[in-house]
Amino acid sequence: MLFDLFITFFKIGLFTIGGGYAMIPLLQREVVEHKGWLKDEDFLDLMAIAQSAPGVFVVNMSIFVGYRVRGKRGSVACALGAAMPSIIIILAIALFAGNYRDNRIVENVFKGIRPAVIALILTPTIRLASKAGLNKWTWWVPVATALLIWWIGVSPIWIILAAIVGAILYYILKLRKA
Amino acid sequence: MNGIVIWMKLFWTFFKIGLFGFGGGYGMLSLIQNEVVEKQHWISNSEFTDIVAVSQMTPGPIGINSATYVGYKAIENGGMSRTEAMLGSLLASFSVMLPSFILMLLISAFFMHYKTHKSVQTVLKWLRPVVVGMLAAAVLLLLNEENLGGFQRDNLQLYVSIGLFILAFIATYFWKIGPIKVILIAGLFGGLFYSLV
Repeated sequence: MLFDLFITFFKIGLFTIGGGYAMIPLLQREVVEHKGWLKDEDFLDLMAIAQSAPGVFVVNMSIFVGYRVRGKRGSVACALGAAMPSIIIILAIALFAGNYRDNRIVENVFKGIRPAVIALILTPTIRLASKAGLNKWTWWVPVATALLIWWIGVSPIWIILAAIVGAILYYILKLRKA
Repeated sequence: MNGIVIWMKLFWTFFKIGLFGFGGGYGMLSLIQNEVVEKQHWISNSEFTDIVAVSQMTPGPIGINSATYVGYKAIENGGMSRTEAMLGSLLASFSVMLPSFILMLLISAFFMHYKTHKSVQTVLKWLRPVVVGMLAAAVLLLLNEENLGGFQRDNLQLYVSIGLFILAFIATYFWKIGPIKVILIAGLFGGLFYSLV
């Protein structure tokens, strides 16, 4: 099981290209659909927490999923698995390929990969939207969140904090009424 | 710098970066630059630019990529052997991950304990739509000139990129093709197409 976790996250780390969120489609495919280790709802919860914590998002996410599936050892297996491809590749470049960044073919390969990765993130966004409990009262929340981050440049952490405070106030008010 | 000091500094610098690096990979970059280039002088500014470029041309999170690279260079530039430089890159990479472990294990333990409590359930219910918005924002933010190849109207790369974007979406959303396959095909296409054009 631990080895299975390590290999799965090694694969995810190897194909996480173009920033932390590029990991989401891979995680969803491998961890939710193939292995059934998590549900989509769990996934949304973990993302909110991993995003609000400091550190590397991919590492945070791996630690969380690993902990959920197999406790402390699971979190170590997942995080090491996800980080290992980076470490190996960067070490290989530092040791042997000083002029890697001037390599034309590698550059061309990534010119093809980058636009595809954006679409890969769009797919789970739509899928998770259906699992986020959206209705006629809440549909505007993801829209407003996306616009605040994209257009105005608000950090996601502030929006997460605002949602937490709002939810707690709502909960207290409901308790008082009851 | 003599023996043990540089190892301790390497550990502490990347531990700090892991602890205070909020806001994802690119948010961490300025912190890394400040610590590694300006304070410690382990690498030059142009070497730092190289790391950013290499990170964009390799898989994996930029936080880990830069830790591995800087760990290597710091020890190598300090006049030590290649084997020691490799140890330096491992040390830096694990140091940047360590705060995540400590924090996440604390949060996870708390979360597992209270996740069925009504208040925590309410908070999670409120957070889910926000996370969907965060993902949508990531898509919008990534649709930039750097990834698509510039917004000039006569730019071939822009049109190819838009085509790849639409095809990749159809492939994953409608045809349920796995992300790894899509990445491999897009990479193969880019490698062939842009090399031949």
